[in-house]
Amino acid sequence: MSGSATEAFQFTPEYMEQAKAILAKYPQGRERSGVLPLLDLAQRQLGWVSTGVVEEVARITKTPRMKVLEVATFYTMYKHSPKGRHHVEVCTNIACWLRGSDEVLRAIKDELGIDVGGQTGDDLFSLAEAECLGACCNAPMLQIGDEYFEDLTYETTRDLVRKLKRGEPVKVGSQIGRSGSEPEGGPTTLAEFCTTSKVGGAE
Amino acid sequence: MPKLTIDGIEVEVPAGTTVLQAAEILGIEIPRFCYHERLSIAGNCRMCLVEVKPGPPKPAASCAMPVAEGMDVRTDSEMARKARKGVMEFLLINHPLDCPICDQGGECDLQDEAMTFGNDHSRYGEMKRSVTEKEMGPLVKTAMTRCIHCTRCVRFTTEVAGVPEMGMLGRGEHAEITTYLEQALDSELSGNVVDLCPVGALTSRPYAFTARPWELRKTESIDVLDALGTNVRIDVRSGQVLRILPRLNEAVNEEWLADKSRHAMDGLRQQRLDTPYVRKDGQLVPASWEEAFAAIRAKVAGLDGSRIAAIAGDQADCEAMTALKDLMGVLGSTNLDCRQDGAKLDPTVRAGYLFNSTVEGIESADALLLVGSDPRWEAPVLNARIRKRYLAGGFKAGRIGPAGRDLTYPVEELGVDPSVLIEIAEGRHPFAEVLKAAKTPMIILGMGALTRTDGAAILAAARKVADTTGMVTEGWNGFSVLHTAAARVGGLDLGFVPGSGGLDTRGIQAGCASGAVEVLYLLGADEIDTNALGKAFVIYQGSHGDAGAHRADVILPGLAYTEKEATYVNTEGRPQRTKVAGFGPGEAKEDWKIIRALSGALDKTLPLDSVHQVRARMAEINPVLGTMNAVTPAAWEAFGTEGPVDTAAFTTAIANYYMTCPISRASPTMAECTRVFINGNQERTGTDG
Ligand code: SF4
Ligand code: FES
Repeated sequence: MSGSATEAFQFTPEYMEQAKAILAKYPQGRERSGVLPLLDLAQRQLGWVSTGVVEEVARITKTPRMKVLEVATFYTMYKHSPKGRHHVEVCTNIACWLRGSDEVLRAIKDELGIDVGGQTGDDLFSLAEAECLGACCNAPMLQIGDEYFEDLTYETTRDLVRKLKRGEPVKVGSQIGRSGSEPEGGPTTLAEFCTTSKVGGAE
Repeated sequence: MPKLTIDGIEVEVPAGTTVLQAAEILGIEIPRFCYHERLSIAGNCRMCLVEVKPGPPKPAASCAMPVAEGMDVRTDSEMARKARKGVMEFLLINHPLDCPICDQGGECDLQDEAMTFGNDHSRYGEMKRSVTEKEMGPLVKTAMTRCIHCTRCVRFTTEVAGVPEMGMLGRGEHAEITTYLEQALDSELSGNVVDLCPVGALTSRPYAFTARPWELRKTESIDVLDALGTNVRIDVRSGQVLRILPRLNEAVNEEWLADKSRHAMDGLRQQRLDTPYVRKDGQLVPASWEEAFAAIRAKVAGLDGSRIAAIAGDQADCEAMTALKDLMGVLGSTNLDCRQDGAKLDPTVRAGYLFNSTVEGIESADALLLVGSDPRWEAPVLNARIRKRYLAGGFKAGRIGPAGRDLTYPVEELGVDPSVLIEIAEGRHPFAEVLKAAKTPMIILGMGALTRTDGAAILAAARKVADTTGMVTEGWNGFSVLHTAAARVGGLDLGFVPGSGGLDTRGIQAGCASGAVEVLYLLGADEIDTNALGKAFVIYQGSHGDAGAHRADVILPGLAYTEKEATYVNTEGRPQRTKVAGFGPGEAKEDWKIIRALSGALDKTLPLDSVHQVRARMAEINPVLGTMNAVTPAAWEAFGTEGPVDTAAFTTAIANYYMTCPISRASPTMAECTRVFINGNQERTGTDG
């Protein structure tokens, strides 16, 4: 989570291994296909996509740097400035909003004292609004890194943030224990089929 | 070939044609912003919507839709018109409508189309989005709030200019066009994005707030700042050249214009020679024509011809060179040369100094050997043609000369000195096989290879390469010399070269230094070492107070290319004529007339009383100059002198693209480009834009 925008970037040997594995999936001369995954990889290493990242990915994938920058700015999952260790993205689109995303946001603001776009002084948390993240069934929800936290309320959100602050383990996915996006209180159709745990994410 | 009907008219077009192109064939114009026939299809402005049956009941973007058998296209139906109105309304939501302060006003596609499809009021009451200006260097001024995101500029720089430094960042509402980190657009073709931008987002920085298009008088002419002979339109108000734009000529420049040719024109207003001067007591003082001629007469009268010499510069026109050649003839001098850089071009065989493949012919070449040439600087528009050929695929290029310079297409670095050329000529180099295997191989021989002392041997070696690798066949001649001077081919065609026993440029200079040559006539020649002319009496005829004028003993003020009707022959041997667009300053006169008047003052009156007589004389010297705008294929004969070559590395003919002639050296805009692009100083000064 550091560095200035123009600082040169290099993959660490471990990340370089992964980058090579990604590029190996594409035919020779088509290195450009690796731009998206490599940007993601770099973001995992550095925490955000700096100019240095853009230039390094451009070099590795033999892509004009402007094209890499175009791609990097097109997708909101790439961050263009350093963020907190836990970058909290709260969905505020229609489904989550109807189901109480305002409460979720309020909980975070109350707990951390930061607003949307803000960052805590210890760089542990940063807060952002997100457009629909595709988990509408379990609205309201928020995303931190690769994890979704769903079916949130004011209390469960505060609890979640508090635990993260203390570094305690947290429960990912639905906070009310539903599996996948099945109805609250268990399946209402094909109930028998589901209990045999052939499909779905039954715990 | 699919048959379709457009607005009820049946038309048959080749498969793969788009609906928009098919309509164009019928003369039906469909409005468009993003579509451009020389760029890839983006289909993102949606202005070209038409109704197509059969198909889904919604309008279709005609620029991106290939024709199909039996299609029924309506370009003017209720649906099509309504759809375009809708698109226009969306485009105008965020467009600032600042036409009164926009330089595009009066020649703006958006303005024009809004006349047809725009509404008289806006239904959008929110704040419009605004976008910050983007820095793109000294030539392109931006007002990105006006941008409609057609991406023509991005596609041009990426595809044609080969400098993928422009792009669109963000998306949707937040999309912005910019250069990478807002660096100056480092391309010699950057000015073309201004022509391409359908709105006023990209405008010409030097031309900012200068004029409205309807105030300008437009003259179709020819550019002479490089040897390509780009066809241009010169826009003038009150006799002053305000801007230069490209004109369509598929065979020469398509519709592009290089930055120097476009923007050096502000040099036409600086450093001009507006009256004759005579040096008195070491000081140049203004004089009348009579005094100037009398000073020359005093020096020349009775002088043996062998003690007189003339050098024609890079922008000398054919009429002036004809007159000067004849004047030197009557004065009994054979010391004349139009190759002020000392290029060892053989004037006796036309095929030996022409770009024989022709510019358009580049597109049919399949292998290219560059020798001592940097086409990106020597002729940027021609270089774009090579890139176009490369993009079409199945093309291999190799270079002998300074390595590393990005030409916007890949080149194999074969070596830096002439020994590689000899190896290829003798078939000892792998690239010889590449050329032999090619059906239509070509060689581009630059001035970097010919201005050396061993230039004649290199010319012979290049010819040998052409012979041994099958570059000259029935209907194809791949031997191509790329000149840097607009006057050069015309000068060689006219035989403005040493006659029997005459001295060439180097000989003349040595003669001046030693005193063997007493009078030197410089016809716009500034690129020679004017400090090394010894005690010679120097007559300088030209338009600018450049190196030549500073050394001169008599200055005769001539007109620049925008002020006279004059003939120039481009590098492929195509004679073209400039037109009078603006007026010259003060006493400046057409060059051939000055020489004719001088001949009278010397009592050697030339029989050239009208421009018709001059042109007839030109055609008499070389019939090729009698037919304008046509390329006459030249016969393949022996030229060059085989001999030992030096092992010194080739150098480039041009040190700074932005300053190569008196006009560009006098141009403030070119000075700014030099500061930014050559000296790499990206910081803006307070006087910018
Ligand atoms: S700047 Fe002009 S050419 Fe470029 S995308 Fe915008 S409107 Fe199109
Ligand atoms: S011209 Fe067809 S979408 Fe722009």
